[in-house]
Amino acid sequence: MAPETPRPAAPTPADAHGPGAPDELGALVASWRAWMQRDDAVNRADLDELESHLLDRVDALREVGLHDDEAFLVAVKRLGAVDELSHEYARVHSERLWKQLVLDGEAEPGAADPGARAGTSDALDRADAAGGRAPFWKRANGLAVALALGVGAGLVVTAATLVGADPAFFLRNATLLVLPFLAAWFVWRHRPPMAAVLAVAGAFVLVGVVLNVFPWASLSAAQAFGGAVADTELLASLGAAVALWLMTGVAYSAGRWRSSDARMDFVRFSGEWLVYYVLIALVGGALSALTIGVFSTIDVDVAWFFGRWVLPCAIPGAVLVAAWLVDAKQRVIENIAPVLTKVFTPLFTIMLIALVVAAVLQWNIVDADRELLIAFDLVLVVVLGLLVYSYSSRDPLQRPGWFDRIQLVMLVAALVVDVFVLVAMVGRTGEFGFSPNKTASLGLNLILLVNLAWAAWLQLGFLRGREPFDRLERWQTGYLPVYLAWAAVLVLVFPPVFDFA
Amino acid sequence: MRIGKDLVAAAATPVVLGILAEGESYGYAILQRITALSGGELEWSDGMLYPLLHRLERLGHVRAEWRHSDTGRPRKHYRLTEQGAGVLTEQRRQWSVVGEVLSKVWPDDGGPRMRLAFGEV
Repeated sequence: MAPETPRPAAPTPADAHGPGAPDELGALVASWRAWMQRDDAVNRADLDELESHLLDRVDALREVGLHDDEAFLVAVKRLGAVDELSHEYARVHSERLWKQLVLDGEAEPGAADPGARAGTSDALDRADAAGGRAPFWKRANGLAVALALGVGAGLVVTAATLVGADPAFFLRNATLLVLPFLAAWFVWRHRPPMAAVLAVAGAFVLVGVVLNVFPWASLSAAQAFGGAVADTELLASLGAAVALWLMTGVAYSAGRWRSSDARMDFVRFSGEWLVYYVLIALVGGALSALTIGVFSTIDVDVAWFFGRWVLPCAIPGAVLVAAWLVDAKQRVIENIAPVLTKVFTPLFTIMLIALVVAAVLQWNIVDADRELLIAFDLVLVVVLGLLVYSYSSRDPLQRPGWFDRIQLVMLVAALVVDVFVLVAMVGRTGEFGFSPNKTASLGLNLILLVNLAWAAWLQLGFLRGREPFDRLERWQTGYLPVYLAWAAVLVLVFPPVFDFA
Repeated sequence: MRIGKDLVAAAATPVVLGILAEGESYGYAILQRITALSGGELEWSDGMLYPLLHRLERLGHVRAEWRHSDTGRPRKHYRLTEQGAGVLTEQRRQWSVVGEVLSKVWPDDGGPRMRLAFGEV
């Protein structure tokens, strides 16, 4: 920020307008404001104050015979060097350099910058910026609505526990009970077209009917939620969670679900949401433990209350609160998921290389047990997550650097190990036959393998300057429907094929 | 003659508080008043007044309020609080001590050392 006067947009032909053309002064002031706004330490109210001063000064200078543009330049010059001024503001308002989540949305720095706003929620944000004039449910990014929906989700789950639903019911229906509230929040916040709303609602109804109508086998060794469930039931429930999460993404993208950018936004949302949810869960868990501990010192047992009321309410409610937080702080705080990616990509790459070396030296991966494939699916999911979240925050125009090379090494290492695993597993399928679990994890493994193999190829092309970064991103966003399809297969096709075992 | 930077910085707070003690005012008018009072010799860049006012507001010495000028231009008006008045009294005591000391070491005739310095002895 070296220049001490803002550069007015262009040397407008002042004489053509003649002195006193109001538009010219307005344009100069606007470009001055835009220049000053780059600084975090100076907020909108400060600029209003400075602008008012500037115009007073201009008026005084005009009276002694200066033209608008001359008067403006003198007035700006007299304000002093921008650097010194913003430094002085920063000293008084040091907290502004730490971006704050401003609940009333009024003093939010940069709030006047229309370019930074997401198109769909523009109207809401503007209502927000108007502060007191907005109805209460629109204030604070719709906190009231988010809370109401969160309470709704909590009440539904609590009601289900009170009527004595069995564990298998919760396994099947947990996502069905909670995610409709999240979808409703997106519908309220992003206003998708009716067709998208119907599609999302249809998906919920379909999954709900299928999961609760299928005649699940009652006896099985698998355990979940403290009760017995069939393998296919467990798989279908997991598939339902993935599929319905992706379908709520249709509501999130406000019907633009075909657009790569909108899909990437949902991916970003999902990552940030997860981080916030985990943080809320950690703090909530710690506070609950503290409360229970404090009460136990005075011989009052509140653990049952937490188990019976607080947890069933808080776990679903936090889903909505986390979703609200992601939206509310979007422009305020640096996204956390990409930061975590930057930290863990190098570490995970080292781990994978070590794994390759160990696998080659030991050469016993072929004898590994049946859990190996599931463990490896998780490894590939982590690799994919690290890749996608680093894409999500990368400047597409930036040239390839060391981080992109590390990513390629990570991809290649993951692919090599996965090929070992696949060879071992496919070779032994003849021995064990196709169980639902194995088929599902094998399918997921192949889907991820294809994705990562092509991603590695594109990454190589990008490093050699042959592929634009956009192609890498489009490949990942274009692949999202594949996950949806596989999840749908798990829900709809697997149970009948495997006799609901 | 321009007054040095450090002295301006030291004098800024009591001067601004003193002007606000005359009645509520806004940034531009305060600067006009300072220029008029000092004959243009006590000056700093216009913008610097505002961080100072914000600091005083934060400390509770002044209270601010948005008003509109006659032409409809929004203006932030500052008013001295009771606490600010107390601070002003305190500052005034300190400055008058400094002034007394200075007038004693610099008597009107300059004193013996000054006469020496100017070669009058």
